[in-house]
Amino acid sequence: MSSHAEMHGIATPMAESPKAWDIVIAGLIKENPTLKMVLGCCPTLAVTTAAGNGLGMGLATTAVLMFSNFAISLLRNVIPDKVRIPSYIIIIAGFVTVVMYVLKAWLPELDKALGIYIPLIVANCILLARAEMFAAKFKPFPSFLDGLAMGLGFTMALFSISTVREILGNGTWFGLTLTKNLWTPAVLLILPPGGFLAFGLVITAMNKATGGKVVAPACHTCSPETGTCLDPVGGAK
Amino acid sequence: MIATMIHQVVVTILTAILVENLVLSKFLGMCPFLGVTQKTSTAAGMGVAVTFVVVVTAGLAWILNVTLLVPNKMEYLQTMTYILIIAALVQFVETVVRKFIPPLYKALGIYLPLITTNCAVLGVPLLNTAKNYDLGMSLVYSFGAGAGFTLALILFSGVRERMDRADIPATLKGIPSALFAATLVSMSFFGFQGLFAQ
Repeated sequence: MSSHAEMHGIATPMAESPKAWDIVIAGLIKENPTLKMVLGCCPTLAVTTAAGNGLGMGLATTAVLMFSNFAISLLRNVIPDKVRIPSYIIIIAGFVTVVMYVLKAWLPELDKALGIYIPLIVANCILLARAEMFAAKFKPFPSFLDGLAMGLGFTMALFSISTVREILGNGTWFGLTLTKNLWTPAVLLILPPGGFLAFGLVITAMNKATGGKVVAPACHTCSPETGTCLDPVGGAK
Repeated sequence: MIATMIHQVVVTILTAILVENLVLSKFLGMCPFLGVTQKTSTAAGMGVAVTFVVVVTAGLAWILNVTLLVPNKMEYLQTMTYILIIAALVQFVETVVRKFIPPLYKALGIYLPLITTNCAVLGVPLLNTAKNYDLGMSLVYSFGAGAGFTLALILFSGVRERMDRADIPATLKGIPSALFAATLVSMSFFGFQGLFAQ
């Protein structure tokens, strides 16, 4: 019964939520939104010039993702199917605005460093994808946990990429001098081209670690209809 | 007077295309950059569709921001207003174009729904607001940004069409090799840095 409902993506209160442990593993490793699904590339490349910025962006996105998943799951039987995507976007935009003003009030420096990429969390595919793939089907608390796990998976990826970029590109880590005095840092890595390079290197490492397989179902453009892949590329060609 | 205006417009457009390229230096619109650049024709179609929507969105966003949000001290609704404009506009444009200009719909139709969650389209109005541009400059900058986006997509699709035929190790196939190619394209655009004295 429940598998039938899941198969057709029908939101029913009968749908059984996955186990908590499976949700956590999926978010962090198996379906890591950044390294496995290659979703939300813009912030991954733009704000990872310093470890602190990467971590801050990841945690800000995690906060939005937890609460938007929770709220969307609570409303999943109320929102009419036809207007669900605009509804999700508005819910997400609301939480993004809250997070943006919280940062402005308490962490003005981080807010300045992240700039327009904070309001741009709204357009991050990860949020719409999780709303559509998880929160619209399952109960609020598993959805909250899914948001937390996916958010932390995203944070982990951003943190590792920004660590690579800051250490190699600036010789520092969280602003602490590491190798700066030992050799000249490769400034390229904290410049825009270095974003592509570091992201490429981290994905290659992930590929190698998971058995040399080509990155899984890579999807780049979220469908506003379904919130999922419209153009599965990556391994395909 | 007119000469300085023309100068300003040209500099703004060239800066948006070459120096502050939306994709290659601001990383906005990464999804279509990696997603629809398998073929040059699709890349061009996506570029034109995005340019069109970005310019109209930026104009509407500026008008709503200045006439409604700022006078009522509701700037905190900017993000929500802009994303609503985009969602409504894309739907509207799709319907109108399908009804009245079928050939254009045939060419751009499939790209329109993809645009709603494109961060380039949301990013440009936000940048305009951050830069405090007036209506004219907003439109000029948005056009330049869209043109830069189109240029980046077309150039990169050329690179990827060639790469398809190259012999690449399995670990690097797909996304990693695309990212390494993007590194080189981005590096070449980096040469434009400092083209205009800011």
